[in-house]
Amino acid sequence: MVIYGTALLAFCMLVGLVIGQVLGTMLGVGNNVGGVGIAMLLLIVLSDWLRRRNRLPLPTQQGVLFWSSIYIPIVVAMAASQNVVKAATGGWLALIAGATTVVACLALVPVLSKIGGNATDQTELPPGDQP
Amino acid sequence: MNYLPDWESMLLGKHSLIVLLEENSLITALFMVGAILWTSSFLSRTLTHGRIHASAIAIFLGLALAYLGGISTGGGKGLADVPLLAGVGLLGGSMFRDLAIVATAFGVRLQEFIATGLSGIIALTLGIFVSFLIGGLVAYAFGYRDAESITTIGAGAATYIVGPVTGTALNASSEVIALSLAAGLVKSILVMILTPLVASRIGLDNPRSALIFGGLMGTTSGVAAGLAATDEKLVPYGAMTATFYTGLGCLLGPSLIFMIVKLLT
Repeated sequence: MVIYGTALLAFCMLVGLVIGQVLGTMLGVGNNVGGVGIAMLLLIVLSDWLRRRNRLPLPTQQGVLFWSSIYIPIVVAMAASQNVVKAATGGWLALIAGATTVVACLALVPVLSKIGGNATDQTELPPGDQP
Repeated sequence: MNYLPDWESMLLGKHSLIVLLEENSLITALFMVGAILWTSSFLSRTLTHGRIHASAIAIFLGLALAYLGGISTGGGKGLADVPLLAGVGLLGGSMFRDLAIVATAFGVRLQEFIATGLSGIIALTLGIFVSFLIGGLVAYAFGYRDAESITTIGAGAATYIVGPVTGTALNASSEVIALSLAAGLVKSILVMILTPLVASRIGLDNPRSALIFGGLMGTTSGVAAGLAATDEKLVPYGAMTATFYTGLGCLLGPSLIFMIVKLLT
């Protein structure tokens, strides 16, 4: 049933949020620490386990896939409910602080990708060498 | 007896059509977003011959509408402050957004995360420190000299949640907290707009660089929208690291980073 997939997704999100909240409280942050990330890991592990045991029929998968395919519309709705006015009228300090940070961090993406790349990038192996 | 429909009460009365749409605001929002996406893919095809991704245009349109909504209502939730479109706020709020982000992880292989785990952690740490550093420097350049204000504005350059959380913890002035929130909003919106434009130049086309990107940027909404406009397949990787960023920033800001700033000032 389709709802099994959606329920699995909801279960993972709730467990992740609870762990993130506990983690946040333990660290003394009033905030959720990585709850969504933990939920993602949990969904990966659980769905992999179910798939290997043949317990993930197509309708169940559809219950999850619907939500991942509705992702872009949700993000558009999110963009449409941002406080754009405040960002645009926050003054020069806010504009400069925000913009320079974005530019600096974007510039760091290729730098960091290169650093770790040699050690972990398996695409550099010649074809045929992989098991 | 007048048997013509009563147009006035249909438009303004208690049972008017507008009230009907307001009562079904989530449905109205679904239709509205569908219309935005349809318009965007039409514009993408006709005006740009597919060069600019339809979702990039849709996100930009969303931001533009949020600006118009904010101007016309004076509220802080963009288009969602228009009563008719309140459902946009629910649909785009953190509850549905996070559910959809988690769903994108479905079908991703665990090994891909483990293989890039270390660079994700490095990116996260570096991203938080670089944002605090730049935000703090800009605050200094604008004449702020006390460690509380510098740290709070630096925190705002991390995300618009880290800013106010750090500012409140450090007892910063409300003016500084408002500035940090605005800096964070600028960052998040710029990430949404700039990511698809620079993606190919910064090599943002594989899971590894997406993971690093998410950790460096940290703003979940910015990363979520930026990657959606670039390549939907990269979303789970960037979102994964980004969701740890705000929590870590709230942890480091008022503690370690504040101490460093205090030593320097």
